[in-house]
Amino acid sequence: MKFITAIILTALLSFISGLFLPWWCLAIAAGAVAAVIHQKAGKAFLAGLLGVFLLWAGLAWWMDMKNNSVISHKVASILPLGGSSWALILVTGLVGGLVGGFAAITGSFLRSSAK
Amino acid sequence: MLTDENRKILVTFLIFPHHSPSMRIVPFTVSAIITTGLVFALNKQWGSVSPMGKFLSPQHGLWQNAEPEDQSFDAELSFSGLKGRAEVYFDDRLVPHVFAENDEDLYFIQGYLHAKFRLFQLDLQTKAAAGRASEMAGKKAVQYDREQRRLGMVYAAENAVKEIEKDPVSKAIFDAYTSGVNAYISSLKEPDIPIEYKLLNIKPERWSNLRTALLLKMMAKNLSSGTESDLANTNAKSIFMPDELRILYPQVPDSLVPIVPKGTVFDKPGIVPVKPVLADSLYLTKKDMVTAGEISKPDVNNGSNNWVVAGSKTQSGAPILCNDPHLELSLPSIWYEIQLVTPNSNAYGVSLPGSPFIIIGFNDSIAWGVTNSQRDVKDYYEIKFKDKSKAEYWFNGKWEKTIRKEETIKVKGGKDVIDTVAYTIFGPVMYDESFQGADSIGKGRNLAVRWTAHDPSNEGYTFYKLNRAKNYDDYAEALKTFTCPGQNFVFASKSGDIAIWQQGKFPARWDRQGLYVMPGEDSSFMWQGFIPQQENPHIKNPERGFLQSANQRPVDSAYPYFIPGSYITPRGITIDNKLAAMTGITVKDMMTLHGNYFNTLAEDAKGILLKYIRENELSDKEKEYLQIFRNWDLMASPDSKGQTIYQCWWDSLEAEIWKDELSRAKLPFPWPEEQTTMEILKRDSVLHYADNINTPQVENLPDVVTAAFKKAATGLAQKETEGKLEWAKFKNSTVYHLIKDLKGFARSGLQVGGNGNIINAVTHSHGPSWRMIVHLTTPTEAYGVFPGGQSGNPGSRFYDHDIDTWVEVRYNKLWFMREGDRTDKNIKWVMKFSSKS
Repeated sequence: MKFITAIILTALLSFISGLFLPWWCLAIAAGAVAAVIHQKAGKAFLAGLLGVFLLWAGLAWWMDMKNNSVISHKVASILPLGGSSWALILVTGLVGGLVGGFAAITGSFLRSSAK
Repeated sequence: MLTDENRKILVTFLIFPHHSPSMRIVPFTVSAIITTGLVFALNKQWGSVSPMGKFLSPQHGLWQNAEPEDQSFDAELSFSGLKGRAEVYFDDRLVPHVFAENDEDLYFIQGYLHAKFRLFQLDLQTKAAAGRASEMAGKKAVQYDREQRRLGMVYAAENAVKEIEKDPVSKAIFDAYTSGVNAYISSLKEPDIPIEYKLLNIKPERWSNLRTALLLKMMAKNLSSGTESDLANTNAKSIFMPDELRILYPQVPDSLVPIVPKGTVFDKPGIVPVKPVLADSLYLTKKDMVTAGEISKPDVNNGSNNWVVAGSKTQSGAPILCNDPHLELSLPSIWYEIQLVTPNSNAYGVSLPGSPFIIIGFNDSIAWGVTNSQRDVKDYYEIKFKDKSKAEYWFNGKWEKTIRKEETIKVKGGKDVIDTVAYTIFGPVMYDESFQGADSIGKGRNLAVRWTAHDPSNEGYTFYKLNRAKNYDDYAEALKTFTCPGQNFVFASKSGDIAIWQQGKFPARWDRQGLYVMPGEDSSFMWQGFIPQQENPHIKNPERGFLQSANQRPVDSAYPYFIPGSYITPRGITIDNKLAAMTGITVKDMMTLHGNYFNTLAEDAKGILLKYIRENELSDKEKEYLQIFRNWDLMASPDSKGQTIYQCWWDSLEAEIWKDELSRAKLPFPWPEEQTTMEILKRDSVLHYADNINTPQVENLPDVVTAAFKKAATGLAQKETEGKLEWAKFKNSTVYHLIKDLKGFARSGLQVGGNGNIINAVTHSHGPSWRMIVHLTTPTEAYGVFPGGQSGNPGSRFYDHDIDTWVEVRYNKLWFMREGDRTDKNIKWVMKFSSKS
C-alpha cells in the first residue's frame, strides 16, 4: 500500500511542481515523498523511479497521441532514436525516472534512522 | 498554480528530515551526490547536446511543442500598443486575414503573428545578418560572422534605420511592427518557446527596427552580393588577353531574349561616365592576382521567373500575372502568407517574417511580383594603409583618417573574438592582412567594398505603397525610391495595363568599370553617378501582349549603359517562346507553364554533343547511356534518365574544357556561364580551349566530348547501382530546416524534376519558393503555393503541409476575404485584438 501511495504521491507532486518550477524540482518532490512515506532504500528507489517514469512517459504518450506523433518522429530521428516515437517516450520516462529514483533513495536515507 | 495548501505540504516535506537526530550519513551523502550529479548533468549543455532533462521534460521541453492536431487558435488579446480593435480570421491553412482599423494596428498585428508563428526564424535570420551566428552556433561560425561585419551589414542596416525614421509615417509603421513582435515575446512563457531554442539552449531576443532593417539587408545580400565576381574576374584578367575575356565572359549573350524586347529604342543617356586617363595601365591591362574570396557567397541561382499576359492574349480578356521567386528552400519557409485589411487598403500575398508589408501579392486593383535583376552593384577598391593600425589611408595625395569600428563577436561556449574594421570613403575594408575570407594563404591585399546596399534607403516603403497602389501611376511612383537589391517588378492592373520596371539604384559605369578590383588611392575610379531612375529598363503595354523576366540581361546592346551582372539566359528564352505561341490563355495554362520541365539549353547542347561524340570508342554500357540520351525528350522530369545523363555529361565537359585553363594559378576563377560555353561550342568547332594544356598532345573537340562522356559514364554507373539514375532520385531535392544539421526537421527525397536553368527551377535545395498566379478579373481569382506551411513549429501539422501540393505543381485557391465574409464558413479560428487602457 505504502509503495503504491509513494508512487502516486511522487507523480502528483512532480506534476504540480512541474507546472511552475524548473524540471529538476521533481527530485525534491520524489525525495520528500520518500522521506515522508518511509520504505527501504530499494523499494523507495523503485517507487521514485516508477512515479516519475509513469508521469513523464504518460504525459509524453498523451501529448504524442494528440499530436499524431508529428514532433516525436522528427526529434527521434535527430537524437538519434531511429525516428521511433515509442523509443522517445521510453527515454523520456527513463530519464525522469532515474532522477526520481535516486532522489527517492536520498529521501529514504534521510528518514531511515529517524525512528 | 501553487496554492497555499500545496506550498505548506511542500515545505513540510522539505524541512521534516532536519528533525531527525541521527541519519545514516554515508549512504545519504552518496545518494545525494549521485542525485545532484545526475540533475547537474541533465541540466547542462554538453558540446552540441542540449540539456536532456529540461529538453525531455513533458512540462518544459520538446513535448510542449507537440501541437495537438485539433489545436484552437482562437484568442482574445489586449495590448497597450494597440489603438483600436482588430480581428484576425484564420482559414483552414492557418492563413491570417487581418482586419484592423488603422495602419499601425495592422502592422502591430503582422509583427505579432510573425513572432507567434516564426519566432526562431526571425531571431536566427537577423542574428546571422548582423554577424552574430556564433552566439547560436559557437566557434565554427566566427569566420562567417567576421565576414558579415566586414561587409558592413550592420552599417547598412543602421543607415536604413536612419532613413526609415526620417519619415514620420514610415517610422510609425516600423515602430508598430516592432511593438507587435515584442508584445508576443513578452507574453511568451518558457515552456512555449520554439523547440529550436530548447535544442540550442538559448533564449529569444527582443525585436527592434534595426533588426527589421537587418532582415531586409540580408535579402539585399542574398540578391545583390553574389551577382558580381570581381575578385575572381581579377584573376581571370591576369591570365587572359582582353579579347579572350570578351569571348569567355560576354556582356550580351548571342541567344539573349531580354526583358525589354529587342529593337526598343532608348533615350540618350542622362549621364555619360568618363573613363579615367590611366584606366588602361592601372586597371584594364594590369596583371595582378587576388587570393581573397567570400566565405558565404550567395547562390547565383537566387533568381526567379515572372511574367504577365495582357487581356488580348487571355481567354477571359483580363490580364494574368505570374511569379515564382527562386531562393534557397527552407523550413520554416521564407514566406508567410497573409491578408492585410484596413478601411483604406486590402492586400493579399506573401510577407517576409521579420518585415512588415506584403512583398509579392495583389490588392483589389493591381497585382505585382518580383524577380532579381542580377545586376552588379558591388565593387572593390584596393586601399593603401599607412601602417598596421589601419588608422590612415592614402587618398587623393594625402593620408586620410579611417573610421575604425571595433566588432565584438560573442561565441557560444567560447571567448569573445574582437575584430577591427576600417571604414574608408569607399566603404568598409572587407579584406586586409587579418582577414582574407575563404582564402587562408593570402598575402593580404586591403580591399574596400563599395556596395549600394550601404546607401541610405527605405525599401519597405515601396511595398507599403505597392500594397495600396490602384493603377500604373501609383505602381511606378512606389518603385522610384527602391534602391537595393535591384528587382524586376512585374505589374498588371484590372484596368488592363501590364508593365515591368527593373528598379534599383545602379551605378553609371564606363566600359568595364568595376568588373575587376579597382585602384583606390584616389577618386578617379570611383562611381561618377547613377543611372537616372527614369532610364532604368522598363516597358508598358507592349503590342505583343506579354512581358517576362527571368534573371536575364534586361536589355540588348542598344541600352546606352555598361551593366555587368550574373545573368541567367535560358529560362527567359523558354518563357518567351512559350508565351509568344499561346493565345486564349487560361489560369490552367499558367499553372502548366510554372511546372514546365523543358531544358532549353540542352536543346542546343544535345546536337553539339551528338555531333562530336566518337561512338566507336564507347563500351557497351556507355553506348547504352548514349542511346538513352539520344532518345531523351529534353524534359527534366522527375523520372527522366536522359536529363541525368545530359547534366553529368555537360558538367564533365565544362570541367574538361575549362579546368586546365582556370586552375593554372590555383586561385578563384570565374567559370564561363554554361550559356557561353554552349555558344562558343556552337560557333567554333575548332575550339582551342579544348586542348588540355597539361598534356603533350593537342586535344580537339571530339576528343574532349568523348573523354567527358566516358568520365561521366563512370559516375552514372555508380549512381545506377544505387538506383539513382532517375533525375529526381539523382538530385534528391530537399527542403532543409534553417539549421541544416537538423536533418529530422527537413523533408528530402522529393519526387520533383527541374533545374536552375529550367522554368520549374528546383535544384537539390533551391527553387520556386512561392508560386503565384493572379487573374485580374472581378472578383480577383488568385492561386498560390509554397513548399512549407504557415507554422514554423516542427511539431505543428501546418509546418510542411503544402510541400506535396508544391511538388505536384498544384495550388491553393487564395481566399481574398471581404468585410462581408466575417461569418464565412472558411473561417476556422478568430483572434480578437483590443487596446489595453
